[in-house]
Amino acid sequence: MSQLKTQLVILIGISLSVIALYGFLYLEHEWEIGLLLVALPVVILLLKRANMLIYYQKAARLMPRFTLVSFVLGVLVLILLLRHEHFALLMLTTVLLYVTVSLGLTIQFGFAGLVNFAAIAFFGIGAYSMAVLNHYFHAVPDLLIILFSGLTSALLGALLILPILRTRGHYAALITIAFGILLRTFLEVNDVFGGPQGLKVDGLEILGWDFADSFPSVLGGGSFYMAYAIAALLLAAAAYLLTRLIEASWFGLNMDSVRLDEVASASFGINAPRWKITAFMAGNFFAGLAGAVYAAMSGFIAPASFNFADSLLLVSIVLLGGIGNAVAVIPAALLIVVLPEKFQVIQEYRLLLFGIVVILILRFRPSGLMPRGLRQYFTGNSA
Amino acid sequence: MRPAVLKTEDLTVKFGGLKALNGLDFELCEGQFLGLIGPNGSGKTTFFNALTGIYRPASGNVFLHGKDITGASPNKVYGYGITRTFQRLRLATSLSVLDNLIIGNQRNLNFGIWQNIFDRKYFKSQLKEQTEIAEDLLRRFSPDLAALLLKPISSLSMIDRRRVEVCRALISEPKILLLDEPSAGMTPDETRALMDELQGWRAQHPTLSTILIEHEMELINKVSDTCVVLNYGEKIAEGRYSDVSNNPSVRAAYLGED
Repeated sequence: MSQLKTQLVILIGISLSVIALYGFLYLEHEWEIGLLLVALPVVILLLKRANMLIYYQKAARLMPRFTLVSFVLGVLVLILLLRHEHFALLMLTTVLLYVTVSLGLTIQFGFAGLVNFAAIAFFGIGAYSMAVLNHYFHAVPDLLIILFSGLTSALLGALLILPILRTRGHYAALITIAFGILLRTFLEVNDVFGGPQGLKVDGLEILGWDFADSFPSVLGGGSFYMAYAIAALLLAAAAYLLTRLIEASWFGLNMDSVRLDEVASASFGINAPRWKITAFMAGNFFAGLAGAVYAAMSGFIAPASFNFADSLLLVSIVLLGGIGNAVAVIPAALLIVVLPEKFQVIQEYRLLLFGIVVILILRFRPSGLMPRGLRQYFTGNSA
Repeated sequence: MRPAVLKTEDLTVKFGGLKALNGLDFELCEGQFLGLIGPNGSGKTTFFNALTGIYRPASGNVFLHGKDITGASPNKVYGYGITRTFQRLRLATSLSVLDNLIIGNQRNLNFGIWQNIFDRKYFKSQLKEQTEIAEDLLRRFSPDLAALLLKPISSLSMIDRRRVEVCRALISEPKILLLDEPSAGMTPDETRALMDELQGWRAQHPTLSTILIEHEMELINKVSDTCVVLNYGEKIAEGRYSDVSNNPSVRAAYLGED
């Protein structure tokens, strides 16, 4: 395949997915979304039958950077198209932030094998750090504050390292559940952080651009969510790139090795705790970053926004997508975040539905919608 | 006499009240191929686990080149140049042959954040180097295997998996190789092929010392210089195969004679 042809294939694939994404976010009536939900698998199946999907996958594997850049540009165009739709932009931003957290979970769960049922707690730590730091350190640029919020989340997560290293499997998962509940209770009873009433959060201001202002009129104006959507998009793209780089290095190799067989790994000099800690910290860092942007966007946070149910949601995104596959969390997050919003009927039965979805996936497609492929370090035919 | 590489003195491993290894004195010389035999549950694998730091001995010492390494962690033991295979294969089956071999070559990998995540040019050269080392090893060990370099382990036959596991133990150029019943699950022909390859490798690496756990007496007879027989965690005989196999207590342990 020539380079130009490869790029063309990628562009067509990305355009199609952005159009589908647009449909998901823009369409409002339940029957429209229902139609899309039926049409999409049919189209994908037809493309697969015609061997077009394989063609695209090969192209994307060959030029991953080009694919990522085109996708980011595609979503940017989408954001511009939706610039007056508050709700659609809010949903898109939420999806992108959830993608960022799920990428963190992919490193923890998919690579190193650490089940983390407290993702939303680390998201919450990022959010509260944002609220507090932004309030008291007004002179510090907001980009740095976001970074600090991510670091706070990773550092507080370090509290869990010892108990997690001393337990295995289900027991390590239980510890993360306990941590999530503890954190919520702590925030509720502690008045320093506003107690159950929560905290007000100042909006972001990056490079002199106040996110609360509506979008510059030169660009046609638009919802103030636009700025946050773009910020979330860049964050998700950076998280994706970093996740892929970790995977395609000795770091990812050792994490995989620790997940697959800890005893054998140790016999070849792999220090399992080191790689578990690295994965755990990196994942919580991602969650903290996403939480900080979320807090600034919503302008107000309370303990009730960080429920155990949301942690389950995040884990189910990783399960639905395909454990360890970084690309797969994007469609999975979209389905899991947007569908309940579009089908108001579902809303109440959300958790019940996810329970069913998780069971069905584990039964019929245990490796997810898009199973992870063989490890690949670089593009092309070399290794 | 060649110098002793590995020595244990009075090595004892306990599981609760059970002594899985009981006061074992043991010596391995440089370049020696030692067969470790004994009935099921006689403590052969326990001995390997105690050497490689998976179990901590209750008492006694392990010396490597005269240095006390008793109770060293598996990581350390690997660093000292002792590698092993497992009775039930412990390969990362969803990873490729290449990945499994690179895992075995930890010692020679660079784990700097910069060199892994950001300086991708440098990482690419590292990967190329490791790929060449792995490919070269496979070609020298078993020529057909080199073609399978990028295949996942799950697509390999039993004997190829065994070969990869042995190669994973050899890639870091260890001083001591511990083989835990490599013939398990293989036909006699396959076992013979693997042993021939191993002998070929030893001919090229005369200083490599090997301990082989094996049930198949014929095999031990063919490949080992000397053997040690364990029963109930104790050494009951030691020496050349022909002497050991006629030893009455060995016959008793194996055949249940009084």
